[in-house]
This record gives sequence, C-alpha cells and structure tokens, in this order.
Amino acid sequence: MGVIQEQRTILEPNIGVVVLGYGRRVARHYLVHRLLRAFFTIFLVVSLSFFMFRLMPGSPVEVFIANLQTQYSMTFEEAQQQAASLFSIDLDAPVYLQYFDYLGNLAQGDLGSSLVSRGVPVSTLILRYLPWTLFSVGMGLVISFSVGVMLGMLMAYKRDTFLDYTLTTFASVTHSIPNYLLAIMLIVYLGVQWELLSIAKMRGSLSPGVKPGLTVPFIRDAFYHAALPILTYVLTTIGGWMLTMRSSTEATLGEDYVTVAKARGLPERRIATAYVGRNAALPLFTQLTIAIAFVVGGSFIIESIFVYQGLGLVLLNAINQRDYPVMQGVFLVLTSMVVLVNLFADLVYSRLDPRIRLGGGE
Amino acid sequence: MAVASHTATPRDPTAAYRVWNWFATTLKLMARNKIGFAGFLVVVAILLLAFIAPYFVAFDNTARVDQIYQPPSAAHPLGTDSEGRDVWVQIIHGGRDILTVGFLAAAITTVIAVTLGSLSAYLGGRVDTLLTWLADAFLSIPRIPLLAVLAGILQFNSQLALALIIGLLGWPTLMRAIRSQVLSLKERDYVEAARALDLSTSHIIFREIAPNMVGYIAINFTLAATEAIYASAGLIFLGLVPLSGSNWGVMINLAWTRGAIFFKDSIWYIMAPILMISLFQLGLVGLARSMSEIFDPRLRRGG
Repeated sequence: MGVIQEQRTILEPNIGVVVLGYGRRVARHYLVHRLLRAFFTIFLVVSLSFFMFRLMPGSPVEVFIANLQTQYSMTFEEAQQQAASLFSIDLDAPVYLQYFDYLGNLAQGDLGSSLVSRGVPVSTLILRYLPWTLFSVGMGLVISFSVGVMLGMLMAYKRDTFLDYTLTTFASVTHSIPNYLLAIMLIVYLGVQWELLSIAKMRGSLSPGVKPGLTVPFIRDAFYHAALPILTYVLTTIGGWMLTMRSSTEATLGEDYVTVAKARGLPERRIATAYVGRNAALPLFTQLTIAIAFVVGGSFIIESIFVYQGLGLVLLNAINQRDYPVMQGVFLVLTSMVVLVNLFADLVYSRLDPRIRLGGGE
Repeated sequence: MAVASHTATPRDPTAAYRVWNWFATTLKLMARNKIGFAGFLVVVAILLLAFIAPYFVAFDNTARVDQIYQPPSAAHPLGTDSEGRDVWVQIIHGGRDILTVGFLAAAITTVIAVTLGSLSAYLGGRVDTLLTWLADAFLSIPRIPLLAVLAGILQFNSQLALALIIGLLGWPTLMRAIRSQVLSLKERDYVEAARALDLSTSHIIFREIAPNMVGYIAINFTLAATEAIYASAGLIFLGLVPLSGSNWGVMINLAWTRGAIFFKDSIWYIMAPILMISLFQLGLVGLARSMSEIFDPRLRRGG
C-alpha cells in the first residue's frame, strides 16, 4: 500500500510533464516541418528560375546582349552593361556570386525591371495585377469547394436516385473537360450563339470610369467582369469535390458514431452537419494542393481567353514579348501563391484534425 | 484415350487462343461497367479516326473563298472553316500529332514515376524523404505556367521536344501514387524471398514489384495521358509552340486568333476540335475507371 502510494507520487508529475512536453514538441515540430517544406519549395523554384533564365544554353541574358549588339550596334561591354542594369545583375562576377546576389535582391523584393516598358519595376507590375488574380481564383476555389461539398453530401444521401445519377454524370463530364475548352464553349454559347452576354463588355477587370473602393458599383462591376473566369474555375473543379465528397460521405455514414447519434434520436439535420459533414470533408483537404496548383496554373490560360487583367495575362504577354524579368517575377509570384495557400490549408487542416498534427511528419 | 484428348484441348491452348481468351474476358469485364465501356469505345473510335482514317481521306488544304462557314452537308460533313476548307478532313488529319505527343509524354512520365516511386518506397530513409519532398515541391509549381515559360525560353520546335518536356515535368502526382502502392507491395513474401536471394535492387523493383502493379501502372498511364493532352493542347492553343501542320490544337488556335469564334456560323468549325479533345479526355477517364474495376477484383463484385 505504502509502496504503491509512493510510486504514484513519483510517477504522476512525471507523466504530466512528459505528455505535455511531448505534445508541445510534436505540435511545434509539425509547424516547423510545414514551414521548412514551404521554404524548401520556394527555394527550389527560385533556384530553378535562376537556372532557367541565367544558365541555360542560349539563356535570355545572352540572347538579350546579342540582340543589343546586332540591333543597336553596341559594343559587347556596352550591351553587357545595359543588360546588367536592366536585369539588375553583375555579369562579370562568378556564377555563384551572381546567384547570391540574385537571392539578396529577391529577399529585398527587387525583381528587376521590365524590358518592354523600360524602367517599370516588375514588383510594381505584379502588385497592380495580383489582386485581380487573387480575387477571381480565390472566389472560384471557395465557391467550388463549398458548393461541391454540399452537392457531394446531397448525392451521398440520395444515392442511387435520379438526382444522384444526374449529378454524378455532370461531375464526371465537367471534371474531364479541359478548362480552357470549357471557357471557349462559354464564349461560343453564352456570348455568340445564344447572345445572353456581351463578351466584349465583360473583358478586362473593371469598366472604364469605375473607381476602386468599398462602394456598391465597384463591387458589382468587379464581379461582373470576373463572372466568366470564376464560372470556369467553378465548373471545372466542382466535379472533383463532388465525387470525392460523395464517396467520403458514404464511408462516414457507415461509421459507428453516426449510428449512435441516430440511436440517440438526434435530429437528422444535426447529424448531417455536426457528425457526417465535418468528418467527411476532412480527406478533401489533402486534395487542395493539387486543386490550387491546377486552378492557379489554369488561370494563366483562362485569363488570356477572357482578357481578364490578372497575372496570367501579364505572364502570357511577357512570354510573347520575350520580357524575361517580368516572366521570371510573375512565375515566382504564382508559385509562391500556391505554396503559401497550401501552407495555410495545411495549418487549418492540422487544427481540424489533431491526428495529422500529432502523427508527426507523414 | 478419347477422354485424354478431350481434356487436352482446353489444357494446352495455342497462344492465339490464349490471347483471344484474355481479350474476350477483358472485354466482358469491361462491358460490366457501362460508363467505362463507353469510354473504351470512344477512345478506340478516336484512335482509329486519328491513325487509320488519314490513309483513306486525302488532305486538302486549298482555300475556297466562296464557301466560307458552310453548314454541314453531304460534301462537307462538318461544314467548312474561315477559308472554305473542309473541317471533317482537318479533324481526321489533326488527331495524330496531338495524341502522339500525349501518349509519348505519358510514357515518359510513367517510366520516371515508376522508377522514382519504387526507389523511394523500397529504399526508404533519406532517399524517400528527399524524393517525397521534391515531389511535393514540384506539385506546388503550377505546371502550365512553367511549361509556358520554358516554351518561351527554349522554343520547342519539334513534337518530340514538346512530349519530352511535358513528360519530364509530369511525374510528381504519379510518383506519389506508385510510392504508396510499392510501400504495401514491398512487405510481401516474394519480395522478402528475392531479398534473401540477394537479388539486386533494380531486379527486385522491375522484375518482382513492377509486374505486380501492371494494372495500377496502366490506370495511371491513362490518367497521365489526359494530363499530357491537356498541357500540350493548351500550349498549342496559346500559340506558345510553333504551329506546324494541322492539329486540333492549331485548329482551335486559328479559330480563336482569327476571330472565327465570334461569328455565329462558325459553330461547327470551332466546336469540332473542342468536342474531339473533350470526348477523348472523357473516354480516357472512363477507360481508367473500368480498368480499375478489371484489375481490382474487390471492386468487381460491387459493380
């Protein structure tokens, strides 16, 4: 008796400390792990783009210098000097120094300046167009995720009915059609064949004369111009959410805790939201990575089709005009956007599902 | 004697009979999933149209200005385009390039993904950590902008270069799928036996593990082909790949850049290549689904 008592007094505080310390360490470890991963990805992309733009045979810098020499009959030194100032690099330095220089400039937000509109810093261009891409892509993702989750649940509850078959077919079809083809079809049918919309008026991101601000006309106009891009993002990604949510809900409906909740006589609606929906939606978070990269990548083509003034359109113009600093800058920003949103989604996911956080790395 | 010869026929079938038998069983299994079977038929039909039909229909590229945007008729089953050229002929001759690039890129992707995924799962440890980190990082890079930037720097001037670059960049998704499959396969007895025999890692991966996930690889190859076709048609549509010949992507690009899309009468011209690509993608996805049913007997009974 006395022995047991003694053991307890020794063990109790220890267990408490160990569990608490362990839990904290893992939680911190998870956060650190995710942050490291995000940092690694951005570092990889930054290095990749240094390699692509500087070191590849016939790299943009070389081509640019050669162009200056032939077109403006500059000497090699003059051409090199101009290139160095435009790309903000020191071409005489050894490659590894150039690389560190490039990293240092990036850390200060210096992305060089545009070749086509001389002297305009790339960061200014990006800041001007980034909000529109964030707005349209963000709205598209949020709408398609939330509506897709709801429709997926509905399909699982009404499985093997006419509604389920119709929605499954719809989801499979829209999910497989390339998003840019769907965008063209929207223009062909809504704009040209049925004349429901005036495609020419909907171009751009704002009507002329509308001032940005928190006013009703501005918000209405912003949505009017973003409507077709958003509709395209929603239609092409919603199918994936619907199908995943349907099978996930089906699996959750068979869980014991749902049966218990039913046995307790909880209202059907409460079971659907608090028990089934929350748990069934969890696996969808792991698919966000691919979905986000896909939508941001797709926005590049979609914005060009609808002439929506976002980063995608800037990138396409830069590629067509061989404006390398802009290409590099926009590419870096688009990728960082995906990485940051992913990081955010991971953190939200770890809050929603403690198993992920406590399970460590994998 | 009579009994022996009677039983000998099914026990010792010829190779041709075995192939036919396998084919018939596969078809029968496929036919169970209606959507999958429809997908299979669409894929076969489009492959025939793209690779066989061009030998029977001559390519005619002469402009006939008096026959612009004709509706479908006996002479022009899909009408004519902005220069009076027959759309049906262009559709027939426009599939080969785009499908070749798609399948070639998918093959490259699959080889890389199977190699890296198996190595990652089989070796474990640091190799695994490094490869999964790399895959995750590459997964975050939006693929179409990366391809577009590369196209802007490198100037792809051949179908092969396009297929190569799309194939080289497509591996991360597939690699993760293969990795998780190998993780479960590597604990099997026959892998243990091979390891006990001191067979090389490449032997174990390519001779022991890979043959046991042929079905899985085939499904992922099909899905990789849809991704590759999406990417290549997208790049061609944007005009980032020098336009050569006539393919479905070029047709959409021309209809787009020349403004044909904004004419009401051009509907047949613009929709024909769009529908061909969309139908093929749908077919491939359906095919992949029915394949997963064939290769996974557990799904079969559920039907």
